[in-house]
Formats: sequence, structure tokens, C-alpha cells
Amino acid sequence: MAAPDLGGIAARATTPVIYLVLLAVWEGGARLFKIPGWILPTPSAIVLTASEWAPDLVYNGYITLGETLLGFLLALVISLPLAVIVAFTVTLRRVVYPILLGLQSVPKVALAPLVILWLGIGSWPKIIIVVLVCFFPILVNVVAGFEAVPKAMLDLMHSLRASEPAIFRRLRIPIALPHLFTGCKIAITFAVIGAVISEFVAAQEGLGYLILISTAQSRTPLAFAAIILLTFISIVLFYAVEFVEKRCVTWTP
Amino acid sequence: MTSEALSGRNIASAAAPGSRRGVPAIELAGVAKSFGSGAEEVKALGPLDLAIEAGSFVAVIGPSGCGKSTLLRLIAGLDTPTAGTLRRGGAALDGPSREVGIVFQDHVLFPWASVLDNVMLPADVLSLPKQAALERARWLLKLTGLEDFAGHRPHMLSGGMKQRAAFCRALLADPQILLLDEPFAALDALTREELSLELSRLWQDLGRTALLITHAIDEAVLLGDRLIVMSGRPGRIRLDLPIDLPRPRDVNTEKQPRFLEIKQTARALLFDREKD
Repeated sequence: MAAPDLGGIAARATTPVIYLVLLAVWEGGARLFKIPGWILPTPSAIVLTASEWAPDLVYNGYITLGETLLGFLLALVISLPLAVIVAFTVTLRRVVYPILLGLQSVPKVALAPLVILWLGIGSWPKIIIVVLVCFFPILVNVVAGFEAVPKAMLDLMHSLRASEPAIFRRLRIPIALPHLFTGCKIAITFAVIGAVISEFVAAQEGLGYLILISTAQSRTPLAFAAIILLTFISIVLFYAVEFVEKRCVTWTP
Repeated sequence: MTSEALSGRNIASAAAPGSRRGVPAIELAGVAKSFGSGAEEVKALGPLDLAIEAGSFVAVIGPSGCGKSTLLRLIAGLDTPTAGTLRRGGAALDGPSREVGIVFQDHVLFPWASVLDNVMLPADVLSLPKQAALERARWLLKLTGLEDFAGHRPHMLSGGMKQRAAFCRALLADPQILLLDEPFAALDALTREELSLELSRLWQDLGRTALLITHAIDEAVLLGDRLIVMSGRPGRIRLDLPIDLPRPRDVNTEKQPRFLEIKQTARALLFDREKD
């Protein structure tokens, strides 16, 4: 390239450079002030520990990812029909909505010990907790989506004497689709939190469990590595939902 | 466009009730509409009587809030009157009908569907024969200069093109009655004039009954066979005037003394409304 676009390169490089500088400050500061590794490990120590523990991190990450995904998908399967019921049947809405609201108002952390008491310490109680955390944002957004149909579009369908099922299929579903994805993006990040909380309460594997025992044993670098992996999983899941959204919602409203 | 070519694409039933001779396409007797009840009752419209001859183009103007859109919704069957009776093609009105095509103020195209799919919506909902409907949709798109945009999503189109697509959709099922609810209100002045002349030609070719609701006097006089000026709320008919301007109408129509005369009459009435 004869004349490289220096401005463009500089603009693109700014963010990574800032992150590198911050990491260097962290590394330098921790060494300079001799902060003990069990309080704040240096980035290099975290990387070293992560590579040592790589198989354990991957296995526990796999466990947490599995619980998160299963719980999220189950929440999706449960909340979609519920959303239809809540949006279209007045009576059931009166019965179901207060229960759902009540359930949503209970802190899921408080429910976790009970669910584990009832279902044991296998993976199901964790999946159930993920479901509890996930279904509400999906449900609320989808219900809002069903009701977000512009009046003029309804008039158009009514002017053609369209039946309610036809209106649902041709109008309400496409209108609700972006709302569904908004709910899913909130839910998927909640799902990771739900999985970790349930692993905190009772588990023998998973990243939450790994964080818990590594801090208990003052293996702080390992806890950091697990947290970073967890964050990575969370971000990847979020973008995965966004990827599917871009595939499904191809229009600009 | 010849009438033969038109009938070849006619996919609706040939013996439409609105086309019977002597029977008004639309007939309103003592029709009134109010919203709310008791002390909060707001009288929006009427009572009014109106008969619209089949094949005519009636333009309704009135101050904003005079209930002219309510009038259109009543005729469309989207609303029910509080009092009075409505007849369409001689039969008591029973909700919306495929014999009525509506163009709304906003284009109301589905953003997720292509232009062609949007135009095909009535065929889909009404379960019309697919192939004939598709043929008619393509013909309508061609007629409105949109044939190259059939596969595009509405957001790729200009405001005027979107409204053209909305016209195509309203005409797909070949309705006997076309209801136009301020269809040019959201467009810029240039597009508005262009599109209204286009509509004038289209209407003449198709020979259907049309009811135009507008607040633009020029538009009403340019397009209509008959001008109805409404009073402020609750909307009543203040003036019912035949527009005896020759067709086809074009930009020169607006320069004719008769055009200006009718316009003046309407304007005087509209600005006079406070003295009611």
C-alpha cells in the first residue's frame, strides 16, 4: 500500500492499545506494590494458572454452558405458549399473570436452596433455576410484542375480514419477533448468572463451583481464570442470539 | 389500458352487488357516530344522509376533527354507527367486505415482506386463486411503475412508491369501492400532485366507485366528480356540489376558471365554519 490510511489504523488500534496499557498497569502495579497473589493476581499469573488448569476449566465450562443452554431453551419452550395464553385469553391472563409476577418477584437466589432440596444436586435443579431466571424476560417481551401491532395494520387485516389466526400468523408473529429477541438477549445473560448461582448453592462441578472452591483455597488466579471464562461464555452466547436475530429479523421497522 | 385488458385480469366475481344499475354503491341514512357515553359522550359525526352513485368519485373535505375519517371507517365496516343505517350495493352493511379496498394515510406496508408479497396480502387472506392474483399483482405493479421493485422491501422505496404499492394492494382483489383516507397526506407536494393525477387516470380506467377523504381542497376538486364539504364536529354535510370539470384531468385542469370557482366556494365554506 503506497499511502496507508494512518488515521484509520490509529482509530482501529485505539481500543486494543488502551486495554493492553491497562493490563500493563495492572501487572506493573501488582508487582510494584507487592500485592499478594491471593488478593489480586497479576495478569501473567492468571494466564499461567489458566494454561495449567486448562482441562479443568474447559470441562467445568462445558458443564456450566450445558446447564445455561438447556435452561434457556427450556425457558423458551415454556414461555412462548404462555405468552400466547397471557396475550389472548383474558381469564387465563387474570389467573396466570399474578402467579408469574409473584414468581418473578421472588429472588431466584433465595429459591435456589429449595429447588436443590427438592431435586437433589444433579444438573436438573440447576437447569430449573436457569429456567426460572430466563422465562420472565422472554414472556414479558413476547406479550408486549403481540400487543405492539400498529392499529393501522390491524385495520388493514380487519378490512380484509382476516380471522384472528390469520392476523396472528401474518401480523402478530412478525411484529413480536424483534421483541422475542430482545427478551432472549436479556434472558441469555441472566441464564449464565442463574447457572452460576445454582452452582454456588450446591454443585460438584461447573465454573461456579470452581470459583467457590478456588477462592476457599486461596487459589485466586484460578478463580480469576474461571470468571474470565464465564464472561467469555456469556458474551459469546449473547452474540450467538444476536447472530440468530440478524438472520431472522432482516427488516428495519 | 383498454377495458378488455382489465377484465382479463378481473379475478373478483363479475356480478358485484355494487355495480347494479340504479342502486347507489353506498347509502347512508341518518348515520351518526359518537364516542364514549353519558357526560363524556363526544358526537363525532352526523346525523347525515348520503348516497354515492356506483362508478362515481366523491371527494370529502372538512376541517380536522370533523369526523371524515370516521365516515370512511363506517363505510369500510371497521366501525359501527351509533345511529342510522348503512347500505352497500343495496344490502345492509355487515362489517368489512372484499368489495372494498382501502388506502390508508400511512402506506401500512409490512416491513418484513417484499413489495410483491405486500400487494398479494389480500389474495393470501381472502384465499384468492394464486396464479391469477399473482398475474394481477404484477400488472398493477407495472401500471404504477413498480415492476422493478417487486422483490424489494418497503424501506428501500420512496414515500410515493410506498403509497403506490399501497394502491396496488387495495386494488388487488378488484374491489367495487375504493376508500381513500387522506392517501397523499404523508407525501411531499410534488409527489402528491403526481400521484393524485396518476390515481385519477387509474380510477378512470378501472371505473370503480371511489371515496376520497382529504383536507386538501385542490386535491378534492382535481380528483372528484362530486365535492362534499363537511362542517366541524359533529361532522355534517354543508355542501354537496358536482364537479363538472372535463376528464381526463391534468395539471392544466387546475388553471381552469371553473376549478378555481369551485375551490373558492369550498374554501369560503371551510373558513366560515366558526359562524355555524
